[in-house]
Amino acid sequence: MNDATGTRDGLDDATRREFLKRLAVAGAAASFGAIGLILPESAGALATSDYDWTRHRWVYLIDTRKCIGCGACVRACRVENDVPDGMYRTWVERYHIPAGGEAAVDSPDGGAGGFLPVAGAAEPGKAFFVPKICNHCEQTPCTQVCPVGASYSTRDGVVLVDAERCIGCGYCVQACPYGSRYLDPRTHTAEKCTWCYHRLVKGRSTACVGICPTAARMIGDRENPDDPINEILATQRILVLQPELLTKPQCFYLGLDMEVR
Amino acid sequence: MFPELTGYLFPNDVHIAWSLMIVMYPYVTGLVAGAFIVSSLYHVFGREELKPLGRFALAASFCFLLVAMLPLLNHLGHPERGINIIVTPNFNSAMAGFGFLFTSYFIIVLLELWFVFRADIVRYATTSRGAARRFYAILSLGVYDGSAEAVALDKRITRVLAAIGIPMACLLHGYVGFLFGALKANPWWSTPLMPVIFLFSAVVSGIAMLILLYQLAMKLKGTTTDREAVASLARWLWLFMIMSLTLEVLEIMTLGYERAEEWEVISHLLTHQLSISFISIQMVLGGLIPFILLMLVVVMGRFMHDRIHNTLASVSSLLLLLQVLAMRWNVVIGGQMFSKSMRGFRETYVPGLFEKEGVLAAVAIFTLPFVLLLIFERVLPTFDHLRRGPPDDDGLD
Repeated sequence: MNDATGTRDGLDDATRREFLKRLAVAGAAASFGAIGLILPESAGALATSDYDWTRHRWVYLIDTRKCIGCGACVRACRVENDVPDGMYRTWVERYHIPAGGEAAVDSPDGGAGGFLPVAGAAEPGKAFFVPKICNHCEQTPCTQVCPVGASYSTRDGVVLVDAERCIGCGYCVQACPYGSRYLDPRTHTAEKCTWCYHRLVKGRSTACVGICPTAARMIGDRENPDDPINEILATQRILVLQPELLTKPQCFYLGLDMEVR
Repeated sequence: MFPELTGYLFPNDVHIAWSLMIVMYPYVTGLVAGAFIVSSLYHVFGREELKPLGRFALAASFCFLLVAMLPLLNHLGHPERGINIIVTPNFNSAMAGFGFLFTSYFIIVLLELWFVFRADIVRYATTSRGAARRFYAILSLGVYDGSAEAVALDKRITRVLAAIGIPMACLLHGYVGFLFGALKANPWWSTPLMPVIFLFSAVVSGIAMLILLYQLAMKLKGTTTDREAVASLARWLWLFMIMSLTLEVLEIMTLGYERAEEWEVISHLLTHQLSISFISIQMVLGGLIPFILLMLVVVMGRFMHDRIHNTLASVSSLLLLLQVLAMRWNVVIGGQMFSKSMRGFRETYVPGLFEKEGVLAAVAIFTLPFVLLLIFERVLPTFDHLRRGPPDDDGLD
């Protein structure tokens, strides 16, 4: 078709070759750019000088109805944050609830490799995926129990661990009702989801949100009135996990089922 | 990759974050508190029948106290930063209370020890020679006043320190229970009864340990045990074990009767993962049986020959030491046998023999206080009639 239009518009061969060459370069650049999206940011380089943490308030939103269980988020998180094998900063759960039956839940390798079909999947009932991540609770039990203050909440609403202060007692691991924390076997300190804070402060999205093919995950800024997340939170029926514990999770869910905790 | 998981566990929940060392820690601290209470029964409440081991109990409490922090340090991922709990504490954390409670209790015990043994130290410092003399001179802190008035003052100060020490010991151990009881994330731990249960079982383990240690010490020294002292300890042991066991049963009964959400998990835990360590050991072998044996000792004791009397008390003590250990295990490990997903369990947990926080390390740590006690006994003999030097007439114990 290029050929046809080219001759019809009267472009000479040289112009056409130049155009194709540019197209190739642009294509290569674009694919590099895409790879760049999931390449790890240097975790060492933190806040840029123009980032003001008093002017942001991060919240997370998961639409379980959109999740297809591909596990790309778990893989992206692993690469971005160098998560050790057997530990998870985010994972995806699969629920299969046959009509009138017991819920079957699984999350093989945190859902990193996607999910194989289960027996009885064709029976009537419901099935869905639920991505999980640290809830970055406002009243978080994990930072409350840290004896040395190594675990803390930032002004912009992110719960972090200072690996240079953590004594590795594991109290926060026990205190988290959501199983979001683990002791890193390499550093012997507590680790958890940071909402890719090193990316947030540079104006970028988290690795899991960036990679999600169905936009089941969103991160947004409550302080920014134009952020689309605010309209969803204001107009949709939202839920949090284990609300009875009054930890005030800042990770909200759309389409959550009562079986999920 | 992971052994015997059933149901669905949150993927990070398959790891046991708190190991055997965290079982050891409350066990040793409990012995500290329990032994201190026994010593206070004499020093504060003047239970004369416990006079033979008033000083020994204090020394035992001190030796366990010296070791109490080791399991924690061995557990920490960064023990070199452990001191930060005291230097830069987060006051919102229950664990940050540890530094203050531990330090202040340590000071109280150290002071009480010094006042209790001061007259002895002075005597050794003046009667021994060479290196020993210099050593005791250091222990005396340069105070050589052995007059009757000074000794009487020692005794009064001892009583005050021991009296302050009782709430301190209770706080130190109640706090350990609080660490678990105040975690809302874990339904097996989260109960206001937890500190109280820990406290009573601590006293049980302390008394039981002293019944055994006292008789062992007498055997090693080749003297006879004071039957009245053992009988008194057995009575206290019976009382405290009844309270401890009742609270433990009440907790389960309340959970079961309420049938709240967590009962589904806990009933499964008790009948599967903890069926041996909770029902068989904590309740029957270590609970019901010593209850009956001690009842015999307390009610029928006066009809018994010394040997039977003391043997029954010793067997009960041994079983109760096992019971308290099982209770610590059931709390610490039991609380990690299910996932916070409330739909998945780990079937077994067997600590490794040689791993950093394994069985061997636990045995080594637990042997240490006994070695320390042997050394202590050599430096400052605790038993009245076995003290070195001229028979004392200072009236201080």
